[in-house]
Amino acid sequence: MEVVIIERVILHSDCNSFYASVECLHHPEIRNKPVAVGGDVEQRHGIILAKNQLAKKYNIKTGEALWQAKRKCPELVILPPNYHLYMRFSKLARQIYLDYTDQVEPFGLDECWLDVTGSAVRGDGLTIAKEISARIKYELGITVSIGVSWNKIFAKLGSDYKKPDAITEITRQNFKEIVWPLPAGDLLYVGYSTQRRLNSMGIHTVGQLANMPQNILHSNFGKWGDILFCFANGMDTTPVAKFDNSPTVKSIGNSTTAPRDLLNDEDVKIVLLVLADSVARRLREQGFKGRTVCISVRDNDLFCFTRQHTMKQYTNITSEIAKSGLQLFYKHYRWNKPIRSIGISVTDLVSDCVPAQTDLYCDERSRERKERLDAATDWLKSRFGTYAVQPAVLLADRRLSGFDPKKDHTIHPVGYF
Amino acid sequence: MPVYKKYVDMIVQYTEDGKIIPLAVRWAPGEIFEIDRVTDIRPCASLKAGGAGIRYTCEIKGREKYIWLEESRWFVEAKDHTINAG
Repeated sequence: MEVVIIERVILHSDCNSFYASVECLHHPEIRNKPVAVGGDVEQRHGIILAKNQLAKKYNIKTGEALWQAKRKCPELVILPPNYHLYMRFSKLARQIYLDYTDQVEPFGLDECWLDVTGSAVRGDGLTIAKEISARIKYELGITVSIGVSWNKIFAKLGSDYKKPDAITEITRQNFKEIVWPLPAGDLLYVGYSTQRRLNSMGIHTVGQLANMPQNILHSNFGKWGDILFCFANGMDTTPVAKFDNSPTVKSIGNSTTAPRDLLNDEDVKIVLLVLADSVARRLREQGFKGRTVCISVRDNDLFCFTRQHTMKQYTNITSEIAKSGLQLFYKHYRWNKPIRSIGISVTDLVSDCVPAQTDLYCDERSRERKERLDAATDWLKSRFGTYAVQPAVLLADRRLSGFDPKKDHTIHPVGYF
Repeated sequence: MPVYKKYVDMIVQYTEDGKIIPLAVRWAPGEIFEIDRVTDIRPCASLKAGGAGIRYTCEIKGREKYIWLEESRWFVEAKDHTINAG
């Protein structure tokens, strides 16, 4: 019997300067000016979140401070973010993608992979990409860059290759000319430190990475070495996930940049309690318990680290999550510098109806009391708002505790695996 | 002439199978125009007014006009605060 292997056809669609494009659509008067979307300076979230093509010409970078951007381009128009609007446009774009396939896998708000292997009735990959690009422009008034290839990694490189409003097809015939000269850092999951380690091995381009013997990469990077080798050679076989409005939750977390630097344990306690309360309430609301608590800390030099701790038992009790987060912090932070931002998340999730194994040295009755307390405060908060009932320590500095991560939290970061 | 986005009051019919049919548009207080016919319905952006939604191509007094349904509000591309439907 003859076996026919059908080559996959995968698109990666990336909305160009997404936030800025949506803003420009809604403000015709600023369309031919350099425009950026920036956070709130008062709240110390004053960085550039997105910029349009004109602003790019002034070398304005995502993540730089608003004052730096203004210095490069004094006439820069900076608008506050409007996440409701961006989510609406993200949803509208996904609805268009879903007309072509049910395998639509979002990667953040503005990017999606599509597997259109089975959509041949609508034409080949390039034809579908052209149709999608035209529809997004006509129906949403923004532009996309689309990469077409046989695997997700090259499709993504294709959408980055030419911007804005472009389509790049990477085939088995042309990938050595298009992909291999690119810097290795363009590959998904090659971040700053991996790139530095690759450079020290004499690997600067994707092509050099692809031609490196796999065992050498493996001995340097472990299983990540094998993954990078596959990525660079177009051997990635990760499927495009089926579109599902409620993707599998792997972790629940909140973080914040405080309105002022945190100077001591008491400050951190206030902020972590607010964050842990939001995380625990979200766990309970979505019917999860978790076992691993992870904190991330960024000092005012922007140096960042994370630490995690796995508990004996699965929990969604506010006080247990907060306590575990605080213990982690006390154990690992030596107060060399004040802290700018802090976050806490819970991973290793299970459904909250999974039976739990108790142990002899744990006061299960007191845990049940805490669960009842949480249920009571949840009810109060859902009726009268987040601030209806709080630990007294939060009243010590209302500026620090006066934020509602549960309500304000809207954009969820995603990972590839 | 500069065009701006003007939100308008609408009279619409919700049919039993869930369709929305615009019947009349109120351009200004006291100025209600009947929509004679809807000739086209499609998702579309308005670059001139600045928005996107479902665009209804409507015939009003023999003229073709676009009216957008953006989430739960309706808007038109209005020219310089004057009424231009008739």
